[in-house]
Amino acid sequence: MLEQDEFIGFNDAVLPHLDAAYNLARWLTRNDQDAEDVVQEASLRAFKYWKGFSGRDCRSWLLAIVRNTFYSWVRQRSVQPELTSDGEVDDIDDAVPNPENALLQNADREMLRAALEELPLEFREAIVLREMEGLSYKEIADISNIPIGTVMSRLTRARKRLQIYLTNVAARNYS
Amino acid sequence: MSCPETKNLLNAYVDGELDSGGSLSVENHLQRCDSCLTEVQHLRALATAIESGGLRFKAPQRLKRNVKTAIRAANSGKSSSYWGWRWTTAFASAVVVVILGWTAITHWTRSSEEGLLVNDIVSSHIRSMMANHITDVVSSDSHTVKPWFGGKLDYSPPTKDLAEQGFPLTGGRLDYFNGRPVAALVYRRNQHFINLFVWPSNKPNSQQQEQLTRQGYNVIHWAQEGMTYWLVSDLNLTELNECARLLKE
Repeated sequence: MLEQDEFIGFNDAVLPHLDAAYNLARWLTRNDQDAEDVVQEASLRAFKYWKGFSGRDCRSWLLAIVRNTFYSWVRQRSVQPELTSDGEVDDIDDAVPNPENALLQNADREMLRAALEELPLEFREAIVLREMEGLSYKEIADISNIPIGTVMSRLTRARKRLQIYLTNVAARNYS
Repeated sequence: MSCPETKNLLNAYVDGELDSGGSLSVENHLQRCDSCLTEVQHLRALATAIESGGLRFKAPQRLKRNVKTAIRAANSGKSSSYWGWRWTTAFASAVVVVILGWTAITHWTRSSEEGLLVNDIVSSHIRSMMANHITDVVSSDSHTVKPWFGGKLDYSPPTKDLAEQGFPLTGGRLDYFNGRPVAALVYRRNQHFINLFVWPSNKPNSQQQEQLTRQGYNVIHWAQEGMTYWLVSDLNLTELNECARLLKE
């Protein structure tokens, strides 16, 4: 049980980050209802672990719990996440078409959303944490439990894929 | 810096993750290299597009309400059983005071706390099997499992592999008892999973181990070199004892 002031402390510290928690869960699950389930379960886990939490960065801590909850949810449903191994070499590296800046700037929301949803899970995770939550490589490394070098290579490859996707869509639209 | 070297750093440069020396050499290179400069512009354009694209999802009000309700329920649920337990303890203690005196009370309270802990440990074992969440780090290599705990605990649990003796280490996970994170190491004996919970304690070494059975699960407990150990499984007591003996060696 938490004492009254600890309980209030938990609510004050954790509840303001529910939007960030939901955003991550929604991008990982790609589904409204699943995202709500994951956040609900993650919040209860956070509540359970609250007494043992001594860090300062509550948002990162909650996001790490959301991520872990998501992965146990995946295992529980024995859904295979589409993982790409970090060691795997992208055969697309040298074949990057040259996108127009204007194209990237004007990529409309739906196009970007589709491009992000197409990304393999761990690339999507890195992009969401970096571009939407503005987290540092170190923070992402802690949340995703990977070395900083892996964060960098995931972001690099994720962005390359996004550029290719957007360029291809644009090419189809204009042809 | 050469062009390929710089290309590898462009993402980190755009993300502001290079130190000042690194940024400076990238900037020097950008003044001379159009290809890298174009790449930087593309990366910036992409980042801006995602950032300003309205792609962030907001938690629905319904979810916020549900979370608050669930947490309130979890807190009061726990608190009522806690107070229930406190009440029982107080009442029983009063009776014991009359009969046995202070020494007896101290002993009784301690064993009652230990009884609760045993319940917690058995429930945690059952939960880990039911929720299919037995390991956070899956590895039979103790050199992988040990560092995994490194950033998560303020102590380093021993991670002995007993594969040769028929109890392979399959991984580890974090668990929580009494409000503190605790290492759970997972061993396997044929089809049976064995959870080993380890945390530091100031208990004296007790070569004399305790063993008991709860809800059909066998539990073995001992203390050694500043750590307290709880081994729990549905494995038969003889084999579980063998496992405990090997762990203590």
